[in-house]
Amino acid sequence: MTSLLPKGSMQRRLVIQLSLIALLLSLVLFVIVRGVAERAAADTQDNILAASATSIADALFAEGGQVRLELPYSALSMLGTISEDRVFYRVLVDGETLTGYDDLVAKAALGVPKQPEFSTFEYRGEQVRAVVVTRLVSSQSHQALVRIVVAQTRLGLVQISSRITLLAVAIGIAFFFVATGLSLWAAHSALAPLNRVAGAVTRRGPSDLRAVQTQAPAELVPLITALNSLIERLKSSLTRSEDFIVEAAHRVRTPLATVRTQAEVIHRGLEKSKNKTALREMIRAIDESSRSAGQLLDHAMVNFRADQFQTEAIDLRKLMAETVERLSPTAELKDISIITQDQGGDFDFDGDPILLQNALRNILDNAIKYSPADSNITVTLARDAHNHILSFADQGRGFAGANLSDHLQRFKRGTNVNDIVGSGLGLTIVDEVARAHGGLVEITNHTDPKGGGACVSFYLPLV
Amino acid sequence: MRIILFAIGLILVCFNASFAFEIEDHQIYTVPMPTQTIRVISTADIAAFDPLIRRFQSINRRITVDYTVASSTELMAAIYDEGAPFDLVISSAMDLQTKLANDGFAQQYVSPQTARLPAWAQWQDQLFSFTQEPAALVISDAHFAGLEIPKNREQLIDLLRAHPEIFDQRIGTYDVRSSGLGYLFATQDSRNTDSFWRLTEVMGRLNTRLYCCSGAMIDDVYQGRLALAYNVLGSYAENRLAHEPGITIVPMQDYVTVMMRTAFIPRNAQNPDVAGRMIDFLLSKPTQESLAKTTGLPPVFEGASDKQKALRPIRLGPGLLVFLDRLKRKAFLRNWENSIRQE
Repeated sequence: MTSLLPKGSMQRRLVIQLSLIALLLSLVLFVIVRGVAERAAADTQDNILAASATSIADALFAEGGQVRLELPYSALSMLGTISEDRVFYRVLVDGETLTGYDDLVAKAALGVPKQPEFSTFEYRGEQVRAVVVTRLVSSQSHQALVRIVVAQTRLGLVQISSRITLLAVAIGIAFFFVATGLSLWAAHSALAPLNRVAGAVTRRGPSDLRAVQTQAPAELVPLITALNSLIERLKSSLTRSEDFIVEAAHRVRTPLATVRTQAEVIHRGLEKSKNKTALREMIRAIDESSRSAGQLLDHAMVNFRADQFQTEAIDLRKLMAETVERLSPTAELKDISIITQDQGGDFDFDGDPILLQNALRNILDNAIKYSPADSNITVTLARDAHNHILSFADQGRGFAGANLSDHLQRFKRGTNVNDIVGSGLGLTIVDEVARAHGGLVEITNHTDPKGGGACVSFYLPLV
Repeated sequence: MRIILFAIGLILVCFNASFAFEIEDHQIYTVPMPTQTIRVISTADIAAFDPLIRRFQSINRRITVDYTVASSTELMAAIYDEGAPFDLVISSAMDLQTKLANDGFAQQYVSPQTARLPAWAQWQDQLFSFTQEPAALVISDAHFAGLEIPKNREQLIDLLRAHPEIFDQRIGTYDVRSSGLGYLFATQDSRNTDSFWRLTEVMGRLNTRLYCCSGAMIDDVYQGRLALAYNVLGSYAENRLAHEPGITIVPMQDYVTVMMRTAFIPRNAQNPDVAGRMIDFLLSKPTQESLAKTTGLPPVFEGASDKQKALRPIRLGPGLLVFLDRLKRKAFLRNWENSIRQE
């Protein structure tokens, strides 16, 4: 099993990209808000300056051949309404100062422009915004060119501008955070179906090879279709290899039976004890092989029946008795006594009799196999609050290895059994049968004063 | 007179005889072991300001106060034309103060005390008001016996027209040509009401006497030389009235012009930090709360404005520059002279 090292994260990439876009938009928003607002503030000042100069221009009149001016109160007071800026003005008639600040000079075009002219420059140590309004005033024969200059410092504007900048920064930051939060949410919800499909596949049992049926958006349909076709191929290839094993086991077992019979015949006819011993060894090996082949067949059968599970009423006591009786001849060959302890009560159970028989036979067969000659195997029928418990205790070498439940896995054997031939399938079959019935198998080493050994307990639920 | 000469002598010594503006009074408040000196130029009499200066020195024990009194126009000349090195300028002529600040003769000062001032009582963090003084009509009780007291300017005009025998040569007002405060009050009147010019003409026909200062006008009302004085500083009149009956301050119901005495630190101040301390002192809660009692000047905080409805405070700002425009001023004075001089 190799673990996948992820190369980047779609969600992270999505969030980073969206955040960068949000950042860019925030900056654009900041620049626009600031620009527009400052332009508006500057325009306000320009408008008031122009209004002031215009109201002065409107107050011009000619008297006795001379241009005169009655400076309107509002002309200057209106400039004080939006800020506390300093105000300067000058009125020139044909280039000569009529009134105001003599040293106030602002750029102005020649002639009589229709529009007020604005300029910004330094005056008396401060930046001022100035407007020039030009008018022609007729007095008797000649026309006088009158220029009105009104200037105002820009402190109020600077204050407004810094306030606007602060506001624009706040708006930009707020926008960025809201947009980032939304993009996090968007990325998460966009990837949610993917996680759902992954979750549905992950939650499956080890032998669940059904097609994935989860509702998924259009983008994920190809992935799920591909996954389902992979599962389909996997399933058929698995079935093929199981079929192959069954076929192989079957083909091996039949000739082995013939070989054994022939070996028996030869064994009886032999005189020399040396040859006899060799032949006996051969027969034993043949037995083991045929047993392994039988277990492979059993395993395939168990798998098949567990997939298509069908139950009927069984008496476990009767089933146990049959099993013990069937294996008694084998036990007797090794001078092993099988002692049955029955704690009484009802042992009715709904299950598959063939599977259960197979399981019990495998446990007992194992016990006999690993028991020393002239020993006891204790078979116990018991029950607790929830389960029937069928346990088999021998006086053999027990299970070895750090993790006892490893013995239940396919082809896994203990670390102390190299001298005994075995397939490693027996307890796997037992475990699968127990699971198929909603029960479980517990394997322990029991310590008995007369000699410890392995104990296998088969639990089946009461209801 | 000798004191004044002495004071002038002192000033000449102080300023190396290099300044041409006229002063009215001068006093140096010395302290033992002075560390700093603050030069104040003000339009307020020494008598009025004396308690404030002593209080200031009781808090700031090592500061010598050099106090010069000048008329508002001389004060303008001193700062605007001659650049006299004062640390603090205090004046009742709001228009001239505004012009000085607008034209760059003042420097900014910000402190927790100045931050307490409402927006209308300061300008550009340079000009700070510390009093609110209404312009008042003061009448002599003796001359008004049996006459109805006018409630507004229209009634005043009618009254003057109806009784020339009482009021001929017995009306007093500021000579706006020489008094900055008089000019300020008159120009604000001309803005506020159309009847101002009619009133001026009626007063001119009755041979109105022209004064330099409120104090002199109030004196003459007390002594019976005047039946009424128009546009005098109400605070001065109230102070006198508190000690001596015989006059009435008439509350005008059409409007009452309110002047604010302002202070600023000139750009060329030699001890601006001490001047700042003086401004803080003037605006501080204890000073403001006791201002009316110690000096007779109504404080800028919770001053006159709460008692009367028709108050029209003069707004600080560029509007005040309009009547200082040379053409405008010339035209206004010409009109005024034509109205007040009837012969």
